[in-house]
Amino acid sequence: MSIAMPKPSEAVLSRREEIVSALRVIVPGEGVVDATNEMKAFESDGLTAYRQLPLVVVLPDNVGQVSRVLKYCHENDIPVVPRGAGTSLSGGALPLEDGVLLVLSKFNKVLDIDFDNRCAVVQPGVTNLGITKAVEHRGFYYAPDPSSQIACSIGGNIAENSGGVHCLKYGLTANNVLGIEFVTIEGEIVRLGGKHLDADGHYDMLGLMTGSEGLLGVVTEVTVRILQAPETARAVLIGFPSSEQAGECVASIIAKGIIPGGMEMMDRPAIHAAEDFVNAGYPRDVEALLIVELDGPKAEVDHLLTEVEAIAGENGATTTRVSQNEEERAAFWAGRKAAFPAVGRISPDYYCMDGTIPRKELPKVLAGMKAMEKKYGLKCANVFHAGDGNLHPLVLYDANAGELERAEEFGNDILKLCVEVGGVLTGEHGVGVEKRDLMPEMFSETDMNHQQRVKCTFDAKHLLNPGKVFPQLHRCAELGRMHVHKGEVAFPDLPRF
Amino acid sequence: MSQLRQAQQSDQSESRTYAPHSIEELREVIAAAVSEEIPLAVEGTASKSGLGRPVQAGATLSMRNLSGVTLYEPDELVLSAKAGTPIAEIEEMVDKAGQRLEFEPNDYGPLHGMGPGLGTLGGVIACNLAGPRRLKQGAARDHILGVHAVSGRAEAFKSGGRVVKNVTGYDLSKGLAGSYGTLAVMSDITIKVLPKAEAETTLVLRGLSDEEASAAMAQAMGSPAEASGAAHLPALVAKRVSDGTLGSDPATLIRLDGFGPSVEARASHLGKVLEKRGKLEHLHGAESKALWRDIRDVQPFADGTDCPVWRVSVAPTVGHSLVMGLRRHAAIDAFYDWQGGLVWLRMEGGEAEAELVRAGVKEIGGGHATLVRASEQVRAATEVFQPQPAALADLARRLKEQFDPVGVLNPGRMG
Ligand SMILES: Cc1cc2nc3c(=O)[nH]c(=O)nc-3n(C[C@H](O)[C@H](O)[C@H](O)COP(=O)(O)OP(=O)(O)OC[C@H]3O[C@@H](n4cnc5c(N)ncnc54)[C@H](O)[C@@H]3O)c2cc1C
Repeated sequence: MSIAMPKPSEAVLSRREEIVSALRVIVPGEGVVDATNEMKAFESDGLTAYRQLPLVVVLPDNVGQVSRVLKYCHENDIPVVPRGAGTSLSGGALPLEDGVLLVLSKFNKVLDIDFDNRCAVVQPGVTNLGITKAVEHRGFYYAPDPSSQIACSIGGNIAENSGGVHCLKYGLTANNVLGIEFVTIEGEIVRLGGKHLDADGHYDMLGLMTGSEGLLGVVTEVTVRILQAPETARAVLIGFPSSEQAGECVASIIAKGIIPGGMEMMDRPAIHAAEDFVNAGYPRDVEALLIVELDGPKAEVDHLLTEVEAIAGENGATTTRVSQNEEERAAFWAGRKAAFPAVGRISPDYYCMDGTIPRKELPKVLAGMKAMEKKYGLKCANVFHAGDGNLHPLVLYDANAGELERAEEFGNDILKLCVEVGGVLTGEHGVGVEKRDLMPEMFSETDMNHQQRVKCTFDAKHLLNPGKVFPQLHRCAELGRMHVHKGEVAFPDLPRF
Repeated sequence: MSQLRQAQQSDQSESRTYAPHSIEELREVIAAAVSEEIPLAVEGTASKSGLGRPVQAGATLSMRNLSGVTLYEPDELVLSAKAGTPIAEIEEMVDKAGQRLEFEPNDYGPLHGMGPGLGTLGGVIACNLAGPRRLKQGAARDHILGVHAVSGRAEAFKSGGRVVKNVTGYDLSKGLAGSYGTLAVMSDITIKVLPKAEAETTLVLRGLSDEEASAAMAQAMGSPAEASGAAHLPALVAKRVSDGTLGSDPATLIRLDGFGPSVEARASHLGKVLEKRGKLEHLHGAESKALWRDIRDVQPFADGTDCPVWRVSVAPTVGHSLVMGLRRHAAIDAFYDWQGGLVWLRMEGGEAEAELVRAGVKEIGGGHATLVRASEQVRAATEVFQPQPAALADLARRLKEQFDPVGVLNPGRMG
């Protein structure tokens, strides 16, 4: 592990037994796990390069328990790491040696489905796909669809503001959540939003909580928007002799006013890995492949398919294949959705990056990555959410051959390049521990201090998920000081009227 | 003694307006205000000064000189502008390129008796405005990508970026959207823009009661028709839009927009479902646009008075129950947007009746009631915004203290 975590508190470590007993009183039965062999299952999330056993694992099953656990930890200065399904790719759910790991997996019930108001109320441990499963008998679905949707929890989705291939048209988690209930580190239960829209005249705490990576509160209930599934959806596979042409094609589609349901790109190594793994029917003799999905009424899909095929031709596509039925459409996506595990088969380890760039910078960034492959002597396979410029370069390495550090440096270089061209460090996977120390690439000290002031609003003692997101957590008292002192600045002599 | 303090001490009418030309000047103004503890009323063009609680300020900070679009890349679906840029200028620019602001910000000008088209981008974001398309495509908060701002600590900071997908650090842009200028003053704002629709048709169902309309709208929104608007104008309200061309019968409106063949197919399909519920008419293109503009801008209540108007957001299916309940106790005029979940209420008796409205909202399961029009006197004496539960109010107070410890930015506006 090459990243420094906050120094564990000796005071907490030495009181472990007492803490475990106190937690057992709050969460009776099997809800408190302290045996090393049982805690092993929780020692890392989807970012497996980082591992740490927690102080103790707690699995509450109601909001009262969550509230009492947090209140107890707050009073006793014990750090808390919330965890959903543990699929985070940025180490957001990485345990702390002196921290309680608060696992929400027992919050797995769908509480209310309200088709007329087009929303579902669920507990945070319900999986992303579980929401769709609960409403699909009436033709509805929950739109944001991370590739991990079978496993990841909606609570984790909110913490990470997760995206998916359909977010280009339907928005990210933040745009599809109507309300939450959460518990503050002080144990206060707070409700935001609900079946109505927008809390006019109140600060957008829902917007701040979404994407806060478990540092502001523990989500215990979620109300999401559900949508009627489009009448038809068809995907088209378009192969190109170069990634630049594929990129041009994406730009032309959008310039024509078409916002496809999904628009994904894969480069040659990713195409081959995926095709070898699931036989999706991808062409092997192309440098770049686009999957463009059009959804809506049949008339619209037919109309747009013709347009997209024409645009593809104008941009030098060498193969175009339109899905003829649902099975084929699913097969087209199966390759893309299995891209990570597919790459996992061709390389002992891979490191998944997540930068976003303005789309027009794609050729420059691709060229940059080619140069880095040479510099680091490592290969890279690329999958992109092409429509919104979110890149997932997968750096291939072998940890047993001591390549982890090189892979991490490679990844960091990619992200720095993303920021340099006007993009950002992470599009959907979150900062976590992984990109924590790169935050200064994008933000000044003042920028980060203002973000931390949100942290201070919710958790002044820095007990919720410390060591994540911010390279350095300033004490709130320090951040609270004003640097403008009375009389120091006279009123400026500005033009006024 | 500084000029600012003199200004505050002298007659109210001499209150000064400071209009910085750069982010550095903006920072200086706020630093001076902090240093001398003189509260600022922050405004774009003051087109929305009738929203929220009246601010007791010693000086005015106008953003009008920080104006202009700084980046517009239609192919990238992104636009950046200084906060004081007139929203009308932005709308015209994107329209020319075949795009639009998807959240369809409403214009409070007509309701407040000011003309249309006066607002600025900063004001639109700070008030988190949204029009009929809100229920499908989100509000201003859903379309802001990044921001530069100066907090009440007189520190300039940025958040977000210029790309659609970004989870790097906290989303302070969302925090500033809807904060009515009480946390920080935005200087530059980047938003997402989207292609405008090629065609637009509105299905108009005539003669439905509010309750029947609610069911019809729920059916339309729950169908695959991808409606981008669902509103209901009860009898008499209907004739106060589109220059009276709709006539006075109740009108339940479903808007479909997008590519030509798609709109046609959806209109035909949904039409077959809806015509079982009542007489069905169609409006196309410009007629449809004009109609939704009037609904967006609350035209039925833009009567040149300051008779109290409430904007109430509740679960769509219970909007009509709220109105029915209130009618038992007060004379009100009402119409509905957002599938029935956005209720516009005009209090015909001239009193704001805040307790009555809030009790009604509570009874139907909760929501938000905002008094969006009333005389300054009434607004000063009424809780304009929905009161918050204690734990949430406490978080709000702490957030304000973190960003504006001295309380120089629009003090009291949200309180
Ligand atoms: C194969 C694979 C593919 C993936 N594809 C995508 C993708 O396409 N798009 C995408 O966006 N992500 C993707 N991810 C990343 C990951 O699945 C998402 O970030 C997901 O939202 C995490 O959910 P989780 O329940 O597993 O959360 P965890 O991993 O358990 O936790 C993630 C973060 O959320 C916090 N947290 C969890 N639950 C709560 C709660 N109830 N209250 C407060 N904080 C909480 C944790 O503290 C942590 O910081 C992928 C991951 C894998 C392994």
